[in-house]
Amino acid sequence: MGGRVSVAERVRALLGEQALLDPRVPDETPRVAPGSPDAIALLLGTAHAEGWKVRIEGAGTWMPTDAPADLALTTRRLDRVLAVEPSDLTVSAEAGLGLDVLRRELADRGVWLPLDPPGLAGRTIGSVVATATAGPLRTGFGAIRDHLLGVTFVTGDGRMIQSGGRVMKNVAGYDLTRLEAGAFGAFGVLVLVHLRLRALPRADATWVLEGSRAELTDAIDDIRAAQVEPAALELLSPTAARRDRWVAAVRMAGAPDAVAAAEAELRSASGGRLAPLRAEDAQRFWQHAGEGLALRPVVFRIGGLPEGNDELLDLLQHQVGDEWVLASPGAGVVRWAGDVGADRLHRLRQMLAAREVPLTLERAPWPIRHAVGHFGAYREGVGPLVDGLRRTFDPGGVIVTTTEAAG
Amino acid sequence: MLPVELESDLAAIVGPSHIRSSASERLTYAADGLPTHHHTPGAVVLPGTRDELIAVVGALAAAGVPWVPRGAGTGLSGGALATADAVLVVLTRLNRILAIDPGNQRATVEPGVVNVKLSAAAAPHGLYYAPDPSSQTACTIGGNVAENAGGPHCLKYGVTANHVLALEVVLADGSVVELGSPSGECWGPDLVRLFVGSEGNFGVATRITVRLAPLPRAVRTLLADFTALRAAGEAVSAIIASGTVPAALEMMDRACIRAVEDSVYAAGYPRDAAAALLVELDGRFESAVVAEAADVAAILRAHGARAVRTAADARERERLWQGRKKAFGAMGRLARDLVVQDAVVPRSALPDVLERIAAIAAEHRLVVSNVFHAGDGNLHPNISFDATDADELDRVERASAAIMAVCIAAGGTITGEHGVGVDKMRYMPLVFDGRALGAMHAVRRVFDPLERVNPGKVIPIHACREWAAA
Repeated sequence: MGGRVSVAERVRALLGEQALLDPRVPDETPRVAPGSPDAIALLLGTAHAEGWKVRIEGAGTWMPTDAPADLALTTRRLDRVLAVEPSDLTVSAEAGLGLDVLRRELADRGVWLPLDPPGLAGRTIGSVVATATAGPLRTGFGAIRDHLLGVTFVTGDGRMIQSGGRVMKNVAGYDLTRLEAGAFGAFGVLVLVHLRLRALPRADATWVLEGSRAELTDAIDDIRAAQVEPAALELLSPTAARRDRWVAAVRMAGAPDAVAAAEAELRSASGGRLAPLRAEDAQRFWQHAGEGLALRPVVFRIGGLPEGNDELLDLLQHQVGDEWVLASPGAGVVRWAGDVGADRLHRLRQMLAAREVPLTLERAPWPIRHAVGHFGAYREGVGPLVDGLRRTFDPGGVIVTTTEAAG
Repeated sequence: MLPVELESDLAAIVGPSHIRSSASERLTYAADGLPTHHHTPGAVVLPGTRDELIAVVGALAAAGVPWVPRGAGTGLSGGALATADAVLVVLTRLNRILAIDPGNQRATVEPGVVNVKLSAAAAPHGLYYAPDPSSQTACTIGGNVAENAGGPHCLKYGVTANHVLALEVVLADGSVVELGSPSGECWGPDLVRLFVGSEGNFGVATRITVRLAPLPRAVRTLLADFTALRAAGEAVSAIIASGTVPAALEMMDRACIRAVEDSVYAAGYPRDAAAALLVELDGRFESAVVAEAADVAAILRAHGARAVRTAADARERERLWQGRKKAFGAMGRLARDLVVQDAVVPRSALPDVLERIAAIAAEHRLVVSNVFHAGDGNLHPNISFDATDADELDRVERASAAIMAVCIAAGGTITGEHGVGVDKMRYMPLVFDGRALGAMHAVRRVFDPLERVNPGKVIPIHACREWAAA
């Protein structure tokens, strides 16, 4: 790694004094907050030439900012909304924009980004895309990749690449846009995203049901069978739901007639046991469930089939406990949060891989990320492809990330 | 020319009756659905099983011979054409539906399964496969994956990429990799989405796992006709902005309406209309869909619809749709040849862009009819012409280029669902700079370092900035 003084001096010479943030402790890694995509390209081009290792940060509220590096680069000054187009239902925003600010701006224009990723409200949109962390709304509106129309990113050697655009359908060239979603920075630093929107739903309602996990699993099966097209259908552990027992939660969002018709159907499917939440309680319920995940040291998601959800929860319970679990059985995703070491995570990933279930490490302290990797357990032949892509987009290995487990 | 021993090697794998080597047989495969490009492959091989396909790719890799995967050949960008030094690998015999899992709403198919047959097989379970290209009675799921195909109902339900969960793929070197998982979560970066729409440049899918959707229980289909094209375009924007997401929102202009009405597919569209919108609402609840249909009808009328007709029953709905889905066939009667163009613009730009396209048609003395996925902003200007008339062919090419330029200037792009193939490579530098093209080329070489699968397609190499990966 390069000398720290020299790195800070070089950055100061390149981008000016104001680009460097004051270190929180004197011997901390120098931190730079470039104010434009071009400045990021210049910086990464220099880092590539100099052989620096660069850690990418957003607002610093999700991924711990603890990876060893010569320089920390935060996108937080790339925080502009470039265009909201309510008649096209699209938004273009810089990657360092906080999701809370984006949500407010969209709501003012009558539009909605149906994304509720885990984490604190100020988490950047770039962080959400780079880690592909969708929340409960994934059941109704899809994964991060389903919202993404285009991205601009800077490769590890400082090349700015525009991919996709702001149109609904686009098959011009290969889909580098979705390759960036969930790559944890391995293929470049996101600087700009184009997203598809929805109109703000005219009706938005949440119902909950408390009980044992077994009871709620049956209830969720019945709700799935009713095919009411929920925006979210979630099974939460008592801690995650801040209740005494497990909670099944259903959210419907859309036209008032559709939501009213769904409510009748849900009542009948649940034997009248689903209880509606008042609007402000519903908002708090979903917000708490997402924010709580940012307070746990380790968060991962696993992908299984809807009918295998219960078995996966059993496996988690036995291997790592089930204190903090949110499952979206319809979307086939379970998110777990808590405190767990690298060895157990590694073992769990191998057990899940044998069941054709991928485990993605979403956040953890650097020693665990480094030891376990965000992905690992690649299918045969996939690892070399990922390595090849990594060398394509970051030939010098400038961006500090872990696409491959160290051990 | 192909190595002499290659043909016997391939015949040993698939059986001699599944090789096409005579000039007349190979000529059958000289074009896809796009009439402006022709190449005759050096040989054609039709493997009948996954293992045969893997062995064929291995033999081609060993011989160092380039090859091109092809489904039903309904593509519209010349993407499945092979030159004389290449082998065409036709996948239509790999047509087995391997599994339908109703509880998890999944299906696994071979690449040669015809799109509509998957929905037919899923129907007894109350499920269907949502992406519905107009060629769905002929095109294959493998071809849909290669092109990231769309269709009318992709407005609400998403395109092919939104429905593919996992793939088994043979790479150019003959190795087999599994991408994605049946849950839709990936083992690492999203190589499934990278593969979907890669137009055969990254290898060929041998098994495809897709998501199935519940058949909607309530459906309403509306036909609105307008006396001005611009008004119809503005109505589209208004519907989108209203928050209602129709299952489909299709537009046909006067030339298209008349072609349909003059054909055996006549659907009762008003012949004197400047444009018609076909709008479908669907969902789980009858009352909600009826309310949505009423909202949409009100928007259509407020934006100048002369009449809004609702299909009274399934038979009338089918008739309205038949006119739309067979429009390309109906237009085939207008002239000897037809180019189905494809471009995308932001939806609010539709009224202006449609007027510009009409002006381009007049300027180039061509008949251009429009039938397209208006709700997605996905245009299909169709140019009728006679390919034996060199002057007219030249005007078709120049008009196509002018239409692409207009769509790009409006913030759009050069293809929404037909792909780049050979036809649109010349437009790629208009939407991507040398760096982005260089990056795409470098990505292709990760999967196929020798560029042997479907060579000479998608990326105009001359426009790529050099990309030196470590």
